This record gives sequence, C-alpha cells and structure tokens, in this order.
Amino acid sequence: MSEDIIAEIKRDYIYSLANQGDRADGRKFDEFRPISIEVGVINKAEGSSRVMIGQSQVVVGVKVQPGEPFPDTPDTGVIITNLELVPLASPSFETGPPREDAIELARVVDRGVRESGAIDLSKLCIESGQKVWMVFIDVHVLDHDGNLMDAASLGAIAALRNTTMPYARYGLGEDVKLPLKDVPVGITAVNIGGVIMLDPSLDEENVASCKLTVITNKEGALAGMQKSGVGTLTPDEVKYIVHIAKDKANVLREKLEGLS
Amino acid sequence: MTKPEKLIVDGKRLDGRGPLDLRPIKFKAGVLKRADGSCYLEFGGNKVMAAVYGPREVHPRHLQNSSRAIVRYRYNMAAFSVEDRKRPGPDRRSIEISKVSREALECVVLEALYPRSAIDIFVEILQADAGTRAAGINAASVALADAGIPMKCLVSACAVGKVDDTLVLDLNKDEDNYGQADLPIAVTQFGDVSLCQMDGHLTEEEFGQAVDMAIVGCKKLHEMQKQALVEKYGEMVSPQAEEAEAQKADGGERSE
Repeated sequence: MSEDIIAEIKRDYIYSLANQGDRADGRKFDEFRPISIEVGVINKAEGSSRVMIGQSQVVVGVKVQPGEPFPDTPDTGVIITNLELVPLASPSFETGPPREDAIELARVVDRGVRESGAIDLSKLCIESGQKVWMVFIDVHVLDHDGNLMDAASLGAIAALRNTTMPYARYGLGEDVKLPLKDVPVGITAVNIGGVIMLDPSLDEENVASCKLTVITNKEGALAGMQKSGVGTLTPDEVKYIVHIAKDKANVLREKLEGLS
Repeated sequence: MTKPEKLIVDGKRLDGRGPLDLRPIKFKAGVLKRADGSCYLEFGGNKVMAAVYGPREVHPRHLQNSSRAIVRYRYNMAAFSVEDRKRPGPDRRSIEISKVSREALECVVLEALYPRSAIDIFVEILQADAGTRAAGINAASVALADAGIPMKCLVSACAVGKVDDTLVLDLNKDEDNYGQADLPIAVTQFGDVSLCQMDGHLTEEEFGQAVDMAIVGCKKLHEMQKQALVEKYGEMVSPQAEEAEAQKADGGERSE
C-alpha cells in the first residue's frame, strides 16, 4: 500500500461513509469508475493498449522477438512481464530499481496471463530447443489514482489481443495474430472496516487495511489471486470477494469485445 | 524429471498421504545463539531457518516510524537449496514472497509498543521442497515468539492444491510442479486470513472447499508451533521450576 500520508480526517471520513453504505465519489460498493480502453496506441510495438480506470492510466506495450527457450521447456514460448512505476505517475514514485510494489504488480499481471493459459505457448515454437517466440509485456504506469492492479491486468490482456506476430520481419512467413486461448481479468477489492468495495480509489486504497485481487478466466474459474497489505480478511470475506469478482470480470471482459 | 502418469492412486498420494494429511513436520525453537529469537523447521523436504532481531535501532534511519516499529522480512533461498543452482541474492520472486510474508505476520505484531525501532525477520531456505513460503512464515512466527516480541497470536500457513482434479493439503514437489492449482494461505489463531495467493485453475466451489481445508491444516500447524514453544519454555514457567528458582534466590540471600 502506498506510503502517502493520509490525514486522520480523511481516514475517518472514508470509514464513516463506508459504514453508512456510501463512498466519497458516490459509487456503489461494487461499482467501477469509468473505464476506457484503446488499443494500437504504439505503432512500434507488436501490440499495445492504453487503459484508464477513473484517472488511473497505464500504457501497455507487447514486443515479440525470437529467443532461446528455457532448457526444461524447449517447445514453448516465453512470457516476460515487467512493470514500471515511473516518477511522473505519482509524487511517491521514485527513480531507481523497481520497488517491491512494482514487482508485485508485475508478477500478479504475469500470473493472470500465464496461469489462465491466455497465450497458446505451444504455438510459439520456431525451432525446438533453439528458437521460440518471446512475448514481452511491459506495463508503463502514467498516472496513479488507485487500483493499478486492475488497470495493468486489463491493459495487458487488451494489448495481447492487439498483438501481431512479426513473422515477416524475421523472414518466417506472413504475420499472424498472437494465438490466444483465454481472457483473464483481475478484479481488486479492499476491506474498509469490514466493508468490501471494488475498484478502490487512491484514497480508499491508502486507508484500506488490505486488498485482494482475484483473476478469473472466461469460464469464471480462478486463475490467480493475491492478497496485499497488512490487514486480514475473514474466510467468508475472501469467498464473498471471489464471488463478486467473478461476475464483475464479465462486465470488464465485455468492454474488450470489438477491440483488436 | 518427467510427469508421473497419476499423482493420486487409489485415494493415496504418491508419498502415501491421504488428501488431508500434512507432511512430517518438526519445529525447534531457539536454535541460534546470537539471534533474539529463532526457529528451525523441517517441513517435508523443506529445511528452513528463521531468525528475529529486535526491536532494535533502524538503519537506515530515514526508515524509522515515530509511532510504531517497522517490520522487515527477508526470504532468501540458499544457492544449493534447489535442483539447479539458484543464483544467490534477491530475485523478483523472493522480493514478492518477502513482501507478502511480512504482511502476513505484521498484522499480529504489536508494533505500536516500539516506536522508532525495527523488528527484522530473516528466513533462510536451506533446502526447498515446495511450500517454502508457508514454511518460512510458520518458522518466522515461532521465532518472533521466541524473541519475546509482543504479538496478538501466532500465524500459521499452509498450501492447498489441486492434483488430478482432487483438492489436497500441503503439496509436495511433484504435486506443485504438475498439479493444477496452488493456494498458499496463512491464518491467525482467530481464523483471519493474512496471506492468500493463488495460481492455477480452481472453480469458485473448489476455492471455497480449499480455503476450509487450508484452515484445518493451519490449525494443526498452530498446535505444533505452540508445542515447540512449550518444549523450550515449558519447564522454565512450570510451577516446580518457579519454586526451585525461589529457593535458590532465598539460599543466595542467606549466604550473604
């Protein structure tokens, strides 16, 4: 959770609003802020997207290049996910090597893409044991207004759906779309004094005791989860979040339809 | 290593356990001389050493917090702990594990009692055999208690996974490598979830069952953790020991 110092007054305000069934921006507990998704925003990348959730903004670029496979998986492609919290996105972000929260975000985005089997890695082999396609997913956070996790995971799958394999550039035939099998979507909930709310704003995220991200695949099964932050959740709260995240993910998934 | 054809045969797992059985577990509290608190844990094939230093001065000083102690957690795998040598030093995986493990324990530590100080937890994985993060948290929790850090309660962790479409407690290496899902969970003594991660494939229904199984496993671990502390401190606080202490003290005064 962010190191931002939150005035006690603001904390009390958010907690007492939550108690009365309300949020500072008037949303329902399970309501997202407006979401906008654009694809193909970076021509140099094989696939790209720009996602905004409220004022949070991320740009995701996918680069695809031939490379060496891992010795234990000679016939499968490689996914590498990276995320940068660049200093222009928030006064609390600094230059230098990635902090643990950036690493956590990157690894959870990666987990969603990898564990849902979204990319058909078996089709990314060029020459067994020698050459496979490597898919680099790079998430660039431009504005941090809360819930970067969902913005980054939505941006990643939007960019992957936009990705063209550069076969022609490497003299391997005609360009094709990146073979995809699934559409993982991450939904994050926070716990504010026993109230569970989705898509936390920056202030909500900062005062919440903890958050839980649930990544589901298109069949509604779980592909990944991550609890983050110091607080605890009861088992029933965890199960409740999983339940509402499953339904909410479908709403976000619909927004990806028609884009490519 | 190749994938075994079946991971569950006649309701038994390849290492002979039933779905709800934990691997053999051995805790030993207070094994290091210099650390304020420590614990050695063997958890199946995992060998884990945890040490706690603090509350102590914070270095670098700008990290100190004027209203509470900060908790730091370092999960580190030895180069020789895995099949293929691991490059020493922190990688992205161990940084993430350190973060979530710290958060899993921080919620029970009474940090407000020690403003401007640090409580450092170091976990070394000497031998890894699936479930190292859970093992690390279990050992660290005992080490914190051994160091006398005030805590609301102990934290226990274990994983539930899915292999051959069956939910099983405490995955072993093969089940971890070739299974369908892995769900490490940590809970406090009061049953609140303080760590919850998951990867793989689980339906909502399976997830519900898996959480309940993990909590049962954590309860068993909690008993073992308590036992480890009783083994070290039980004698010291038993009534007979107190009497003996008192007699010794009396004797001392008389001789003066």
